Formats: sequence, C-alpha cells, structure tokens
Amino acid sequence: MLIRRAPDIRSSEITDQRVYLDRRSFLFGMAALALAPSGLASASAPAGEPLMAKRNERFTVDESATTYESVTTYNNFYEFGPSKDDPSRLAHLLKPRPWTILIDGHVARPKRYDIDDLMKLAPLEERVYRLRCVEGWSMVIPWIGYPLASLITRVRPTGNARFVEFTTLLDHAQFPGQRTGVFSFSSLDWPYVEGLRMDEALNPLTLLTFGLYGRVLPNQNGAPVRVVVPWKYGFKSAKSIVRIRFVSEQPKTTWEKAAPREYGFYSNVNPEVDHPRWSQATERRIGEFRRRKTLMFNGYADQVAALYAGMDLKKHY
Amino acid sequence: MVKGVVWAVALLPLTELLYRLFTDRLGANPISYATNLLGDTTLWLLLASLAMTPLRMLFGIAWQMSLRRLLGLFAFFYACLHFLVWVVVDHFFEWQELIADVVKRPYITVGMLALTLLTPLAATSTAGAIKRLGAKNWRRLHRLVYVIGVLGVLHYLWLAKKGVSDPFIYAGVLALLLGIRLWDWARRAVRRTQRGSPRADRLRAIARFPSGGSALPVSESPGTPSGP
Repeated sequence: MLIRRAPDIRSSEITDQRVYLDRRSFLFGMAALALAPSGLASASAPAGEPLMAKRNERFTVDESATTYESVTTYNNFYEFGPSKDDPSRLAHLLKPRPWTILIDGHVARPKRYDIDDLMKLAPLEERVYRLRCVEGWSMVIPWIGYPLASLITRVRPTGNARFVEFTTLLDHAQFPGQRTGVFSFSSLDWPYVEGLRMDEALNPLTLLTFGLYGRVLPNQNGAPVRVVVPWKYGFKSAKSIVRIRFVSEQPKTTWEKAAPREYGFYSNVNPEVDHPRWSQATERRIGEFRRRKTLMFNGYADQVAALYAGMDLKKHY
Repeated sequence: MVKGVVWAVALLPLTELLYRLFTDRLGANPISYATNLLGDTTLWLLLASLAMTPLRMLFGIAWQMSLRRLLGLFAFFYACLHFLVWVVVDHFFEWQELIADVVKRPYITVGMLALTLLTPLAATSTAGAIKRLGAKNWRRLHRLVYVIGVLGVLHYLWLAKKGVSDPFIYAGVLALLLGIRLWDWARRAVRRTQRGSPRADRLRAIARFPSGGSALPVSESPGTPSGP
C-alpha cells in the first residue's frame, strides 16, 4: 500500500493500451457469439456506463491490474452457473434497474434504498484491490465504491447488532443457476447469504462497490451493488445484494452450509491453512505464468490482523 | 477406416488446444483450461475403451474390439499430457510442492495412482507383449483397467466443486459399463451352475436315450459335453 503515483490518475490512464485493445476484441468476440447459430447467442456487451471516481491512493496496491477482459469473463457467480464463463454468457438476464436494497434488523433507522440513492450516499472512490479466490487464482481489480462503514453509521446499528448479513437477489428468471433441475442435488441453497462480523464490516477496507474499471459494475461482477472484502476469499464478497440485515447471531452463510469443513465463516486468505482438498500456499495471478506465494490476509495484514488477535485461525478458518 | 476415425476424433481435443494456444484463445486461465481439457479427454477415452466389451455383450458384435487398444493408448497419451501440464506448466518442477500434493491430497493421490497403473498396460499393449506374458497373464494384468477407471472418476469427483455435474456423468457411465460386465458375468455363471447341477446331469442322462426328447435345451449351450 505504498503511494507511488500522484493522485488524480484515473484507471483509464494507467491501464496499458493492451487492456483497452483486449476490451475491443472481447466486444468483437461477443458480437461473434451473438451471430453464432447456437443457443449461446445474445450475450450482451458488458460495457456499462462510465462511472468516474477519484482514486484513493491509500487503498491502491502497486501491482498491475488484471485485464478488463479477464475480470469480466472469468467469474465465479453460481447464480448464473458453476462454470467460469457462465456469468458473462448469461449476464444479460440480470436487470440491475430498478433495484432496491433493504437495510433492516438491529438498526435505529431501517430503510429501503433505491440503488441510485444508495450510490449517492457517500463520495465514490476508486481502489485497486487484490482478489484471491479460494480455488487458488487471483486478480487485481480497480473497484469503485465507498466504505461500507459510511452506510452502517448512517443507519445506526443498535447494541444488538454484532454481525452483518448480506442477501443476494433470489429470482431464477434472472439467475438461471438458481433453478432446480435434474442435478438439483448439487446446487446451493438459495438465496446466497454471506456475513461479516461487525468490526470486519466497519473496517475501512470493506468496500460497498458499484463499479470497476471506470464503469458501473458489469452484471457478471455483481451488479448493481456488491461488497468487496479484499482480505477474505472471494466468495465472502456478496454480489447483487438486495438486503443488508444487522443481526446478533453469526449468520449461516451459503458455502458454510454447503460444505462446513471447507468453507468457514471467516475464510480469511491464509497461506498456512489449507483447504481440505488443496493447498492455499500459492496462487496463480490471472495473466501470469508462474505461481505466486499467497500473502497472509491477502497482503492486508497491517490493516486487519488486529481483528483476529488471539484467535486460532486454524480453528476459525 | 474405423481406426482412422478414432485417430481423427481422439486428436481433435489436442488440435483444439494447440489452435487456441497459438491464437491466444485459451481464456483468462490458460493452464487451468489446458489441464481440464486434457483430463476430460483422458476420461472420455478411458470410458470409450471400456465400452467396447459391453457392446459385444449386449449386441453380439465384435468389430469394435480391435479399437480397445487404440482408445486405451490415446487415454494414456492424454493422461501423460495432463500430468506434464501439472508438473511443468502449473508447478514448474516444484517437486516439494508436487510430492506433498500427491501425499496429502486424496484426489491427486488417486489420479497419480491411476496414471501409474495405466503405464504397464500401455507398455504391454503390443502383440509381442501378449505373447511374452501369455494370454492368460496378459488378460489378468489388463483387468487393472477397471481399477484405473474407478480411480480416474474418483480423481474428478473429489476435486470438482459443488454444482459441477460432469464428474457424476462420468461416474454414471462407468457404473453402467461395469454393470453390464457384472450382468454378463452373472448370466454366464448361472448357465455354468445349471450345467453342473444334478438337474442338468439328469437331463443329459435322459438326452442319451434315443427315444428321449432331442429338443432338450441342455444340448444347445455351447461347450456342453455331448452324449456319446
């Protein structure tokens, strides 16, 4: 988290030209897909409206960003399907407007926000975070949003609010992955529920996110609003959120319910605690050839290690 | 002719991989793409080679039996490529990591075991090897392919994440192919039992009498010692 660049630089200026060329070739690719005589057609271009925000250098890593094409075509978003290309292929089914987010539970001021009002609640900023997937790959992404803490302080949680629970939209017309079919035995328990401890949710790193790469969030990345919790495995960062509830008990999260031995409530990035089926010591940064060593708390130990002081992270994985 | 088709189809995944490699179309995670494509192809070819005998059992056709070896060797070829991508491209000869994975990760253990067991089968696939081993020993050795099939499918079942249905499809196909063999074996065992049973002996004894029913089914089964 070193300040290496002057402020005011927008992502479009630092991103190398190849990314932008890639983006175009991606659009051409999508056009070709749409013309293809298969059922795959109609993948809409993800190019959203521009969403400009000043970069916050305090929350920017000095590593080159993953290409826009990779960020928007290599996704885990089970609501669309389990394959990496399902989200971008089926993204057009999701309608991110109109959209409301219910804030309730143990808060003094419960409220249903319209997405456009929620976006204006605090000044948007751009932050370049690492994203580490539990599967062993990682990216660097310029997100746009504001700290979740800005929203939390506004709705005034009561003393009973010890955890924050995020719920993703439940609608199998927009999310075909939520349909139960022949293979329903292997699908997740919908809707997707994620959660954070109150102090994790209030940590300045936790970003309520509306955009990436200078644009509104593409549907496959969790439009219209998601959280980004960069020191935890990617699945902890709930997408396409419709409800944020303040609760006193630790939420039962979706992946924890699906495989409690493999996906704990905390799921902090930790090279020393293996997934039961594979090592978490290294990762492949998308776009790179050699594996990298995975960093404790995904490189954010300075900001978050104190949250877990005294906790056995092998037990609270 | 049929072998030519097998060659063409079996080389298709490799062609696709090379085409994508040279045209930069391997996607965001090329190594993962290559590993998955090669692994998938290995399993399909392995199951295809295991499907030849059940076809004979079910339909009494035999022309496809000569394809077993080719399919099995292609399965071995893709398994080797799958393994090499893992060692060379994915982990770049980090032997410590690799060996730790083989020991600690059950899905890698069974995958490694499957490839290890497949190697002697590939090595003894020639006519000369059959002669040297003797047909009986050779057949016994090559029964390992059932174990390899199970290990290969387990390898995928244990590594796949929730919601991915492919490994269950492989498991279903494998269960079907082994099930047909089991059914065929049981069918023949029943026939053998009847042949040796007192009832069969009695029938045979009756059949010896010239006045006896010549249409008794016992004389129809092949290999039954016929009366004098």
